[in-house]
Amino acid sequence: MNANVITDSMNKDFVLAVEGLTVSFDGFKAVNDLSFYVDENEIRVIIGPNGAGKTTVLDLICGRTRATAGSIRFKDRELTKMKEHEIVRAGVGRKFQNPSIYEDLTVFENLEISYPKGRTVLGALTFRRDAAVKERVQEVAETIFLADQLDQRAEYLSHGQKQWLEIGMLLIQDPELLMLDEPVAGMSVSERKKTAELLNRIIKDRSVIVIEHDMKFVEDIAHKVTVLHQGKILSEGSMAKVQADPKVVEVYLGH
Amino acid sequence: MTTPAPTSGRTFFLRRQDMIGIAILAVLLMVVLPLTLDNFRLQFVGKYLTYAFVALGLALCWGYAGILSLGQGVFFGLGGYCMAMFLKLEASSVENTKIQTTPGIPDFMDWNQITALPWFWEPFRSFGFTTLAVVAVPALFALIIGFALFKRRVGGVYFAIITQALAAIMTILIIGQQGYTGGINGITDLRTLHGWDIRTDSAKTILYFVCVGLLIACILLAYYVKSSKLGRLLVAMRDKEDRVRFSGYDVSSFKIFVFCLAASLSAIGGAMFTLQVGFMSPSFVGIVPSIEMVIYTAVGGRLSILGAVYGTLVVNWAKTSFSESFPELWLFGLGGLFIAVVLIFPNGLAGLWQTYVAPRLGPLFGGQARRAAPPPASEPVAPAVAE
Repeated sequence: MNANVITDSMNKDFVLAVEGLTVSFDGFKAVNDLSFYVDENEIRVIIGPNGAGKTTVLDLICGRTRATAGSIRFKDRELTKMKEHEIVRAGVGRKFQNPSIYEDLTVFENLEISYPKGRTVLGALTFRRDAAVKERVQEVAETIFLADQLDQRAEYLSHGQKQWLEIGMLLIQDPELLMLDEPVAGMSVSERKKTAELLNRIIKDRSVIVIEHDMKFVEDIAHKVTVLHQGKILSEGSMAKVQADPKVVEVYLGH
Repeated sequence: MTTPAPTSGRTFFLRRQDMIGIAILAVLLMVVLPLTLDNFRLQFVGKYLTYAFVALGLALCWGYAGILSLGQGVFFGLGGYCMAMFLKLEASSVENTKIQTTPGIPDFMDWNQITALPWFWEPFRSFGFTTLAVVAVPALFALIIGFALFKRRVGGVYFAIITQALAAIMTILIIGQQGYTGGINGITDLRTLHGWDIRTDSAKTILYFVCVGLLIACILLAYYVKSSKLGRLLVAMRDKEDRVRFSGYDVSSFKIFVFCLAASLSAIGGAMFTLQVGFMSPSFVGIVPSIEMVIYTAVGGRLSILGAVYGTLVVNWAKTSFSESFPELWLFGLGGLFIAVVLIFPNGLAGLWQTYVAPRLGPLFGGQARRAAPPPASEPVAPAVAE
């Protein structure tokens, strides 16, 4: 077990190093002096009761919320000073809690927009839908079980399919760090199973941070679990270790 | 394996029904109307068409990108004033103005005790500079506004209110700076373009055709933008701005682009207005004309490029015929029309066409639903785990 006694000089070994991260909203510290490290190819699951600051942590990493103090280093680049789109281009992908897709566009167009080419005004004006784009869209669509629905307007997809589409939109960006906020919320049992299978397939060669409440699902996928409570880490380690932790049982699992 | 998206089969940026739509509009404006209307009425249509440029810009900016600007009159005016300055300078030759205290400057300057041409009027002696300025000055102005607002993520209602305030400010500025702008009367008594008298009937007919030609060119440009990836990005931004941002795009730069494009389109309309009508005044800059322009777009259907043109023609035709008979009732009519559009047919004329007319005309006119229809209810929501 890697103890949390880590010095700055060792940060290079981690894909993501969060240190002393604090954010306060009008004096309320949603995230309070938080430090954690994510390894290469690791699946980290963050759990915790409502209001523990889980989504805020993801917001901080992807630049949606600005940190009051602390640092977030991604492959030795400081993210806290970067703009949102720069963070994405550096290799961080984020899936939102509610499926966030473009309802007025087709599945194909949704994926195409996320394809990392033509991201400037001029680039978008001159963007050509060439064979490479079509091939990649097709490939991702097959991965996310939507190959038959490429021409469908995204608004007509089911809730689960919308979640998959958004995962596909991240996949096509090929991020090194993928952050998923409750990817199976609101899914049926069969959809949940397929999603776990999907996640297990797409995590190769990348690190993943997942927020999830579904303990069965967490058990299926997590390498390591971080339990947040009131903006601080309550416990961290393997699923078994965390589940046995009396503090965790008291504030979260016991309920 | 499935077939690739059908849209990818399109090699040119226009779909078949778009080409037919543009061709019909071109025939209507270039053949049907000139043959059926007398000169007087045709000049009216020419004037309406200059507003269609604004509506076209609004269709992109408001309809597609969701940015409602209530200040497009500012850009229409800037384009119009640029052209008016050139024409006024040509009309104010020393010979024409020898009775003035200072000959060779525009008459209204002389009346306001200005004795030398202001520096910013000087470049407008060149027609080349003027044509460039017609497009560039409003775009630059829009760039500054867009940069200031979109980079700070000002949007929605706040953006609309600020642009409306700009329209008011611009009007006050023009009226207040009489000596430089001609004040409330505007810049009048425009006569010739490189010696070609623009006041004659034949000149007005030629200018009508120039205006139609430019409009068609701008429509093609709008279609190009709409069908490019940028067009789809605008729709995506309107839907889920954050998702676009977190897909690696600098959202503000796309908003700035479309706002500048809409500004330039409006300005081309403004310049054509000045040429055809023969003057430019602050009454085309302020809040009321700016809102009227939004109504044209709404009536036409804000998601339709061609709809914007038809909306402009219909509303203006109604305005002219209505206010000839009941001048005092027109504003109520306009207000009623706007309410009707919002409540009864939110997609405007284009929406009515697509819902009621096109399905009867067959696929050539886009009669078949352009995108796949919703799946039948019986279709399973997600494939069951059969394996």
